[in-house]
Amino acid sequence: MITLNHYLVLSAVLFTIGTAGVFLRRNFITVLLSVEIMLNAVNLTFIAAARQFATVDGQIIVLFVVTVAAAEAAVGLALVIALFRHRETLNPGAFTSLKW
Amino acid sequence: MIALIPLFPFLGFLINAVAGRRLPKRVSGGLACAAMIAAFGASIAATWTMLGEPGPVRAVEQVLYTWIAVGDLQIPLAFRVDPLGSVMILVVTGIGSLIHIYSTAYMHEETDAEYARYFSYLNLFAAFMLVLVLGTTFPVLFVGWEGVGLCSYLLIGFWYRKRSATDAGKKAFVVNRIGDFAFLLGMLLLWTAFGTLDFQEIAGQVAPMPPEAGFGVIAVATLLLFIGATGKSAQIPLYTWLPDAMEGPTPVSALIHAATMVTAGVYMIGRNAELFAHAPDTLLIVAIVGAATALMAGTIGLVQNDIKRVLAYSTVSQLGYMFLAMGMGAYAAGIFHLYTHAFFKALLFLGSGAVIHALAGEQDIRHMGGLKRELPVTYWTFVVGAVAIAGVPPLAGFFSKDEILWRTFAAGHWVLWTVASVTALLTALYMFRLVFLTFHGARRAPAAPPAHGHLHDAPAAMAVALIVLAAGSVVAGFVGVPAALGGGNRIEHYLEPSFTAHGAPAPEGEADSAEAHLRQGYGGQAFAQGSGGEALTHADAAGHGDDHVAVERTLMLVSTVVALVGIGLAWFFFIRRPGAADAVAARAAPLHRLLLNKYWVDELYDAAIVHPIRRLSERVLWRQVDAGLIDGAVNGAGAIVAGGSAVLRRLQTGSVRAYAASLLLGAVAIAGYFVWRFAQVGG
Repeated sequence: MITLNHYLVLSAVLFTIGTAGVFLRRNFITVLLSVEIMLNAVNLTFIAAARQFATVDGQIIVLFVVTVAAAEAAVGLALVIALFRHRETLNPGAFTSLKW
Repeated sequence: MIALIPLFPFLGFLINAVAGRRLPKRVSGGLACAAMIAAFGASIAATWTMLGEPGPVRAVEQVLYTWIAVGDLQIPLAFRVDPLGSVMILVVTGIGSLIHIYSTAYMHEETDAEYARYFSYLNLFAAFMLVLVLGTTFPVLFVGWEGVGLCSYLLIGFWYRKRSATDAGKKAFVVNRIGDFAFLLGMLLLWTAFGTLDFQEIAGQVAPMPPEAGFGVIAVATLLLFIGATGKSAQIPLYTWLPDAMEGPTPVSALIHAATMVTAGVYMIGRNAELFAHAPDTLLIVAIVGAATALMAGTIGLVQNDIKRVLAYSTVSQLGYMFLAMGMGAYAAGIFHLYTHAFFKALLFLGSGAVIHALAGEQDIRHMGGLKRELPVTYWTFVVGAVAIAGVPPLAGFFSKDEILWRTFAAGHWVLWTVASVTALLTALYMFRLVFLTFHGARRAPAAPPAHGHLHDAPAAMAVALIVLAAGSVVAGFVGVPAALGGGNRIEHYLEPSFTAHGAPAPEGEADSAEAHLRQGYGGQAFAQGSGGEALTHADAAGHGDDHVAVERTLMLVSTVVALVGIGLAWFFFIRRPGAADAVAARAAPLHRLLLNKYWVDELYDAAIVHPIRRLSERVLWRQVDAGLIDGAVNGAGAIVAGGSAVLRRLQTGSVRAYAASLLLGAVAIAGYFVWRFAQVGG
């Protein structure tokens, strides 16, 4: 029997993997992918909770998140392309000039 | 309808102030004159309405709206025309109109914009003065009081490119402010004592009280009000601004000196006669200050060489007379003198303006002389004014001045009477010194060639004003011919109701209002010889009048002789033996120097007040308080922010990952907090 806890644990694991990806990967494209993993981990929680409490609220929120994630991916990739054209690199550590 | 009286000049001010620079002179000047003449018409109409009211208390009142309503304090914006007010508005608008008309010619050389600015100020001045004399409460009077102070500043400093003019304007404003501060304190004291600021209500509350012995609340309040009056009406110790006010255009001097502003203090005491009558000590101070000012200014006027400055000191001196009358409780006599003085002083100033105009700005009488033939209109009108102010019967000045002298004598203050008589002699002397030096003899050192090649007499607009005022100076006194000369002294009976509390119990019944007035208005036995004096003043009513009529006639003869002697002395010194005056001056050199330097009062004030304040301001307030404390606080606040940000900006690394890490840490901390809370509550 797969209970709510299973889903939550899976979701936490996925979220952690995503977070680790955001911080550890040295390429903006994989960072973006990691962000998608984090978003989907949260989506999983919503769906599981909606199923558990027999409401549709969670599913509706997930639809929003998916929409926003699509937009985010489009904007993010456009930025990535612009950054690459500018610096010939996609290493996040290379972009630190926006400071005092 | 009464509200129209100040409204006309105010509208004139608004139009000229807003659109004046685009209007030609004919329009802006004509507008200002029309506004004043309309106000004069409204004043006549208001006076006519007031005369139609049933006696004995005749007044027309108009309440516009409640201006201030705070708790018990209800101040309506209300105007009232009563006998005293009617005299004032007629003088202000009547003389004011003539001065406006005169100004259209006098100021003709200004540019359109300056011309309009001049007339807008002039109209505003008249509007504020009318508010001052029409207001029924102290605060409304105070609005006008401050307003004329402002306008005097604007007009004295009209030629603002001239350093001395702006200085004189500032001086007038600051000196007036000192008096105004005392006036404000007096007003507040009255409010705490009586709970009202309405003139009539205060008079009504005061009337049943006995005259205050010693310095109680009424004496202190009236004294504070009087200090305010010394500022506005140029009495010792605050008179120093008035002679300097000569820096303004000459018609302004006429307006300030004759019709408006300086009469405010005298009017204010007249308006609060009942109150002042209950403070005999204050009245005595008023009288002494008035007499001292009259004498002091008269002596200074004797040796001044600037034609306008002589007239300025003459004004101070004549105002001293008015205050002397007020201090004697002879309120009607004081207002009577105010009214006649308005005619001849406006005339003299406008005459001097015509001389200055003809000589293209020359003001030093040592450079004049022999103008009689070239300026006949100016000369003859000026002589009429001089004779009137010198007090030669039957011109206006004689009746009013003599009434004051007589009342002073009758009250038993023979020292003050002597001072006033000596001043009368001085008045005749310095006025005719002015006439003889300016118009007679030979022309001395034409400093600059006149503007248009040859001397020209006053142009039409100026001549009209001069002639009308000269006629007024001749006939204005006939409304106050004293009983001793077979007249009825009508102006005194006309004004009397204004000086008593309306509705106050009159012990002798309504019939003999003069008797009641005596008891209430003069403060009973306020003066040592009061009872005798009162009987004297209303000799006919008292029944044993013949002796006193004889005394009064003798005194009139004396003052006439005094005036003629003054004129004769002037003739001797400045026509017969032109060198004699200089010889006398050389003989009494220290005295001459003292007078020429105006008793060094300006220097004294500079040393005693102005310099210490400047030093304090510069050394302590500027260098210590402002530069040290205030700038230090401001700069310190800036330094703290700068230092703090120098540390905090290190946090902004520019690395996206670092920002994300701080976000994550924050989110974890918040989540951790809620988990911990949940554990607490759950456990």
